[in-house]
Amino acid sequence: MTRASLLRHLALLSAAAVVLVPFLWIATAAIKTQIALLMGTLWFEPTLMNFEEVLFSKTSEYLHNFANSMIVATASTLIVLAVALPAAYSLAHLRWPSWMVHGLLGWSAFFHMIPPIMLAGPWYVMAQTVGMENTYSAIVLAHVTLNLPMGLWLMTIFVRDVPNELIEAARIDGAGTPAVLTRVVVPVVMPGIAATGILIFVFSWNEFPIALTLSRKDTATVPVAIAKYAQEYSIAYSDMAAAALLSTIPAVILLLIAQRFIVRGLTSGAIK
Amino acid sequence: MSVSAGAAKARRPRHPQRRRAGSEHLPGLGPWRWISLSPALIVFALFTIVPIVTLLLMSVHEVNWVDGSAVWTYVGPDHFFALDDDILFRAGIINTIIFALTAVTVQMILGFVLALLVSDVGIGKTAYRTVFLLPILVPGIVIGAIWKLMYNFDFGIMNAMVTSIGLSPQNWLGDPTLALASVILVDIWHWTPFCFLLLLAGLQSLPQDIFEAARVDGATAWQRLRYVTLPLMIPTIVVTFVFRTILAFKVFDEIFLLTGGGPGTSTEVLSFTIYRRFFTEDRVGYGSAMSLVTFFALALVIILAMNLMRRREPKT
Repeated sequence: MTRASLLRHLALLSAAAVVLVPFLWIATAAIKTQIALLMGTLWFEPTLMNFEEVLFSKTSEYLHNFANSMIVATASTLIVLAVALPAAYSLAHLRWPSWMVHGLLGWSAFFHMIPPIMLAGPWYVMAQTVGMENTYSAIVLAHVTLNLPMGLWLMTIFVRDVPNELIEAARIDGAGTPAVLTRVVVPVVMPGIAATGILIFVFSWNEFPIALTLSRKDTATVPVAIAKYAQEYSIAYSDMAAAALLSTIPAVILLLIAQRFIVRGLTSGAIK
Repeated sequence: MSVSAGAAKARRPRHPQRRRAGSEHLPGLGPWRWISLSPALIVFALFTIVPIVTLLLMSVHEVNWVDGSAVWTYVGPDHFFALDDDILFRAGIINTIIFALTAVTVQMILGFVLALLVSDVGIGKTAYRTVFLLPILVPGIVIGAIWKLMYNFDFGIMNAMVTSIGLSPQNWLGDPTLALASVILVDIWHWTPFCFLLLLAGLQSLPQDIFEAARVDGATAWQRLRYVTLPLMIPTIVVTFVFRTILAFKVFDEIFLLTGGGPGTSTEVLSFTIYRRFFTEDRVGYGSAMSLVTFFALALVIILAMNLMRRREPKT
């Protein structure tokens, strides 16, 4: 190994340390007792008490929050894919006039950049008006709206790459639009669907301001629950650390098994 | 890469000669054209257009909740005039601009350096990239929680570090002169990986033969960076910078957890002011007016940015 490449690795390793140390720090905080944490003791006996407290104590609703997040993220991901895939196919292959293609993709990009909190107010009022406050549907619909722009963009990019010859051939064989979509487009863009779906799941799982404003106790998602720890008068730091650590599990699993898809999704859309 | 590039490609007909045949001759195209697009159109109309109209209506009304139903009183443009005297709103604007520009500038520089390092690294490229991706995928609220612990005055790692090099411990989030910088540092940690990722993708898409030619001509590593890489990367750098800056206006989660806008107004950002006025103080009409003004200001910036990108497009 040359000296230059040694220096390069040294620089990158220290950057990696800057990224990882905060995670390791919160992991150690999560296995300390609150007292050991407050004392700043270096040597401590690791304990799983905080995790037990967060997951199973009668006053904690964390498992319920976890289930809520699962429901909201799964439902909104599936709906976004179901809406975005046909729309992307339509825009890319069904010869819409350019104002429609431009208008829809432009509005998507634009809406994606607006801070979501701006629409939280009207969404809240709309949910209240139709009696949907404190339901999963309200949060799911809001998350669908927030993620549809990215879904539509990514799917359009992926679906556009499906060779026209393939689609025309299927059409000549008598396949209608639904058959072309399910038998030709879906199999070909499966990796793209995976990339899009994974990203939307993660972003919906992570989303905070909308979940905060549209949920109440029974529908609160994981980020809302974690925020609650920090708002208590005396913060249960070690519980907060354990809850925060647990909430990263889905993202870490997806990162380890599907890094390729995540990178593809993040870079080809480039609008998040 | 750029927002308009995709739209332009989607517009270009792939088979000009077949176009004359007309899509109506192909089986099953007619109704499905609308059916396949309409769910997306309906979602956008119902949940983006209608809310913006609702915002417009609410901003000229005083809305009160009586027994769970809204009572609207028309007040005209009063809310908009009141915005002018709102010190929180003013602090929010100034802080958000400082926050966005400082954080994104540092993110771009660090991200570019990291991308340069990773793009030429022989082994471990995937491992480095996996680690650097982590902050992007973790909930913002968790990042807030992590740093709240790290910034803690008594037991946080930040004070452990500054005292170990002989400085006095700092009240990172409680000191009005330091709080905004502390929050910016968190954002840098959170989003540098994203700039890194986009710049790395840009670097990897550069034509390699130019570098070969420069090497053959005897250019040093520095000269190759200065006269080949940088000029070729300018479009990617500009696009990433502009859009990351606009996206930085979304900041909410970390500030909610770390400082709640305080101490005083030192970390008050726009998203937070809107949230506070609308939800915490229940001032629906006034909060809507604030949302709307911010919306149109940002819309102007975004449209300008998109046009800038579109003009750049033929070169990229």
